[in-house]
Amino acid sequence: MILTKAQYDEIAQCLVSVPPTRQSLRKLKQRFPSQSQATLLSIFSQEYQKHIKRTHSKHHTSEAIESYYQRYLNGVVKNGAAPVLLELANEVEYAPSLMARIILERFLQERDETPPSKSVINSMLRDPSQIPDGVLANQVYQCIVNDCCYGPLVDCIKHAIGHEHEILLRDLLLEKNLSFLDEDQLRAKGYDKTPDFILQVPVAVEGHIIHWIESKASFGDECSHHAYLHDQFWSYWNRFGPGLVIYWYGFIQELDCNRERGILLKACFPTDIITLCHSTA
Amino acid sequence: MAAVLESLLREEVSVAAAVRWVARRPQRSEESPGEAAALRALQPLRKDFVPFLLNFLREQSGRVLPQGPPTPAKAPGAAAALPGRPAGPARAGRGARSQLFPAPEPPAAAAAEAPLARRGGRRRGAGPGRERGGRGAPEDGGGGDSPPWAGARRPRGAGSPGSPGRALPDPPNLRNLEEFPPVGSVPPGPAGRTKPSRRINPTPVSEERSLSKPKTCFTSPPISCVPSSQPSALDTSPWGLGLPPGCRSLQEERAMLRKERSKQLQQSPAPTCPLPESGPPLPSRTGSLAAEPADPARVSSRQRLEVVALVYSSCIAENLVPNLFLELYFVLQLLTARRMVAAKDSDVEPSQDSLESPLFQSIHDCVFFAVQVLEHQFQILSYLDKGTLKLLAENERLLCFSPALQGRLRAAYEGSVAKVSLTMPPSAQAVSFQPETDNRANFSSDRAFHTFKKQRDVFYEVLREWEDRHEEPGWDFEKGLGSRIRAMMSQLSAACSHSHFVRLFQKQLLQMCQSPGGAGGPVLGEAPDVLNMLGADKLGRLRRLQERLAAPPSGGGPCPPPTFPGCQGFFKDFILSASSFQFNQHLMDSLSLKIQELNGLPLPQHEPGDEDGESDVDWQGERRQFAVVLLSLRLLAKFLGFVAFLPYRGPEPPQSRELQDSFVALRSQVPPVLDVRALLQQGLQAQRAVLTVPWLVEFLSFADHIVPLLDYYRSVFTLLLHLHRSLVLSWEGEGEMCFLNKLLLLAVLGWLFQIPTVPEDFFFLEECQVDALEVDTATSERGLDSVPVVDQQLLYTCCPYIGELRKLLASWVSGSSGRSGGFVRKITPTTTTGLGAQLPPSSQGLQAQLAQAFFHNQPPSLRRTVEFVAERIGSNCVKHIKATLVADLVRQAESLLQEQRVTQGQEVGDPAQLLEILYSQLCPHGAQALTQGREFCQRKSPGAVRALLPEETPAAVCSRAEAWNQQARVVCARACMFSAAQRALLWGWRPRRPVRGCQPISQR
Repeated sequence: MILTKAQYDEIAQCLVSVPPTRQSLRKLKQRFPSQSQATLLSIFSQEYQKHIKRTHSKHHTSEAIESYYQRYLNGVVKNGAAPVLLELANEVEYAPSLMARIILERFLQERDETPPSKSVINSMLRDPSQIPDGVLANQVYQCIVNDCCYGPLVDCIKHAIGHEHEILLRDLLLEKNLSFLDEDQLRAKGYDKTPDFILQVPVAVEGHIIHWIESKASFGDECSHHAYLHDQFWSYWNRFGPGLVIYWYGFIQELDCNRERGILLKACFPTDIITLCHSTA
Repeated sequence: MAAVLESLLREEVSVAAAVRWVARRPQRSEESPGEAAALRALQPLRKDFVPFLLNFLREQSGRVLPQGPPTPAKAPGAAAALPGRPAGPARAGRGARSQLFPAPEPPAAAAAEAPLARRGGRRRGAGPGRERGGRGAPEDGGGGDSPPWAGARRPRGAGSPGSPGRALPDPPNLRNLEEFPPVGSVPPGPAGRTKPSRRINPTPVSEERSLSKPKTCFTSPPISCVPSSQPSALDTSPWGLGLPPGCRSLQEERAMLRKERSKQLQQSPAPTCPLPESGPPLPSRTGSLAAEPADPARVSSRQRLEVVALVYSSCIAENLVPNLFLELYFVLQLLTARRMVAAKDSDVEPSQDSLESPLFQSIHDCVFFAVQVLEHQFQILSYLDKGTLKLLAENERLLCFSPALQGRLRAAYEGSVAKVSLTMPPSAQAVSFQPETDNRANFSSDRAFHTFKKQRDVFYEVLREWEDRHEEPGWDFEKGLGSRIRAMMSQLSAACSHSHFVRLFQKQLLQMCQSPGGAGGPVLGEAPDVLNMLGADKLGRLRRLQERLAAPPSGGGPCPPPTFPGCQGFFKDFILSASSFQFNQHLMDSLSLKIQELNGLPLPQHEPGDEDGESDVDWQGERRQFAVVLLSLRLLAKFLGFVAFLPYRGPEPPQSRELQDSFVALRSQVPPVLDVRALLQQGLQAQRAVLTVPWLVEFLSFADHIVPLLDYYRSVFTLLLHLHRSLVLSWEGEGEMCFLNKLLLLAVLGWLFQIPTVPEDFFFLEECQVDALEVDTATSERGLDSVPVVDQQLLYTCCPYIGELRKLLASWVSGSSGRSGGFVRKITPTTTTGLGAQLPPSSQGLQAQLAQAFFHNQPPSLRRTVEFVAERIGSNCVKHIKATLVADLVRQAESLLQEQRVTQGQEVGDPAQLLEILYSQLCPHGAQALTQGREFCQRKSPGAVRALLPEETPAAVCSRAEAWNQQARVVCARACMFSAAQRALLWGWRPRRPVRGCQPISQR
């Protein structure tokens, strides 16, 4: 699951040419049989998000919004049950959930004559039944369900996976009899930055001292790792010293370059944990 | 002052009496009245004797060490101070500096002018012989009102042929200065240019400049910061601008002097002494300079050299010289001088009573003198590191001239144990987040809290970038990080979070720079061994290799200026780049507080072992703790000094008297940033000078030029001066400071006295008010000073420049006389440490790291508790074992001894052998002690730790603390046990015969 930069680049290259559908994921799996489904999915998702980020602004010009809205209106007039919005999103290569958001925003703006608040939109996307227009609610629903990278459903899944791995990690720590403080306990104590777990008694992994462990239920690619380093890992180091990051779905080997500095990357729970001995005499 | 020296040489005065006289100690009854009278007559000149002696030796050696590195301060100045030149002003750095310290005139000096003139003459001596030139004419002649001086000199004058009246024939080298290039001066070369001497051009003696005491040149080390502050333009600029009217008289004086000299030249038909300068020209420096062999049989005037060496050594021993190690360095330079600008032997007419013939007429003389001095200084030498001792003991010249000294050095080398008291792992860790001080409740607003959260991250980001890039060529701190740091500062100001940030900054500073590794210092003990491994021939290769390296690391000489090595550079540059008033103020507040806190720490924490047995173990911990506290204090004080004097720092002191006065008036109303005087007084009173003085020196080393003029700081300097004088190394006894403690203080004080901003002549002032020092030490408890807290490692860590002695000796081995002025700048074997750091940590090392890491993230109180419990339980454990097991062993040993005596009858064999037998029989029982000790600790410590830690301490933390406790104590206890077992035997033996000392535990 730990990929070299070259291996990773090969996969990423392959993803550029395929649409973000479940079929393409299956193809990818055939192409790289040695990689786990989860790793491929994570890379797939990240690459897709990068693609969306790159094209985001193109879809948010007022002309584009107007044109999408008109196409949506025309489409639902013809057949309200057809997946108009989903097809439109696929056609223009934009994430269906995000397309739904654009249309919903546009719709509410027209109806209320004021731009709707973000929280209202989010809440309607989470629960399309709140949308005052039945047809649009249905269209939005189709988009959210069929989007494998964006939208409240995906967020929810991601959150659940993240949480699941935290639980997994917690169980492993308990099993190894390592005492720790978790995020909630840390927050209650007033810590300003909170890794998933702080070990109350540090351990050594592969010769490196570990004070904290952060669980990441994703693949560690350059982009996300650098963002994490800046926002989280270095901040943890700045407060608690060296620590361990577990990218459960693997990471690019070359990124594990801060070991000496105090940030260790692993793709699984370490096996060779050395604890502070009770007595060495 | 030559009069005194001459009286000595003529044996009119005994060396002991002279030194007592110079040191202002009470006369002894055995002194002859003649002696006393002779010396009394010279009373007003007493303070000038030591400077004269030192200058004299430097001058004499100027011809001997032509290729050597300039003996601190001597040679290069000569070139700049040729009498033939237009009388230049005192060169900026030097001359102006000399205005600093208006010395209280000794009451004896009726006329203010006279002593000044004399001093001026003495100190201004710029080249070889200038000294005497000054003495010859402008003082006696120009001043004209110093009868004691003139009187004292008369006999000598009379004794010199061709020197009628007061006009003495100046030594030839003086006269020849005008005709000949100054031989003693360092030939043009990097060393010559970059190490300007403190020797100065004449300073005009006038009313306006009456305060400008010219500096004593010899105290001037090559201070690397000097060249920049010494624009060469000033060298050439004539007095013209801003020249006080009085200066003209000086020029006149000098003109007269010149005339006088030429007259003398004509008058004296035959030179009484050789003209060394006219000897063969300097050997080419680039050519290979094989060292001239030195032969004890060819020493020219043994007796004279012996007397001078004795006087010189006595002055060193009495701390009459400002810097002990500088003198040792000088002596070693003489020892390792490669060759001499040969004096014509035929010309030499050894006149025992005169100083006019060169003291060192050959390399043999030099080496003889050096070895003589080294013999007198053996005690100090024996405390130097193993590498230096080895190099000294292996020095063939030393062996040749004094096999006895060589033998003692060898013995000292073999007996020397490298005591490593500092095993602090280098920690580039971040300061840990402690909820008690760092959570939201400690901030005034959410905004402040979040700003600080961000700034903490920015700080470490900047630090990491510095770590990565500061060694890249072309990388600039200010360019790379300046704007980010200032942005951070402005946000902190907006959020009023400076105090939080300063706390972080200070903690990080202590963490990163406290350990010697963090300061970038070499690991002691490594360097000499590497050199030794290489051997002499390889050293030659090493030198060639070194020459190819573009920029060899500079050792900085025996008196380097204060610097910020290693990580300290980051913090210094950070302060400079931040240039934030708020930050600096908070930093000073915080540093002052921490300094006071650490300085007041009760050390030694426990009474020295109530029984001699226990003390061994405790001293190690004591030393370690002392070292940590001392190094922290020094670091904090250095930064406090840096920040506190930062606004006033300038390359040069104020040029005019008026300006200076106004500065002094302004500054004297500013309260000191930290009441160092009170702290020093308290430290002296409580006999804690060994803790207080080293950090105070660091603080003062950053003082600006005005500081020593302020009454407050002047009294601090006076106190330090008296302390320096009182630290006579040979005094031993109850209540005296330990030798290494003294040596440390002498080294740091000596270094301080060489700092450019410290007025040079300050050291030689006549006694001023001593009352401040009159401390009633009788009432005070046994203080830290008399506890052996300093070891060799700490000494060398605090004073890395002592290592220059080793480098000098190593360069002799390597047979080098490289461009750098004759001594190899040893290639510091950083690779050895570097490689060491990369090695995977052993499991034991890892455990130690884990323990360290564990405490790092816990509140400091946890560590204190654990250490306290560990210490107490360990101590109790030892007592328990002693009372039970050891007592038994002693009884057994005694009965065994009785048996042996009975069986062997009167014929008691070799006691050592007998002891061995006993030891082997009882040793297995000693091992029992270990198990017992472990059990004892395991039984006792959990309860104690639990009782002392807060209820809320997590169970895991608690149990680890207990575990660590046991672990630490077991190690300690093991040491005790072995010693206890051994001691059991020794005790058994003791009543009959003193036994070879039991080895300290530290050696196991």
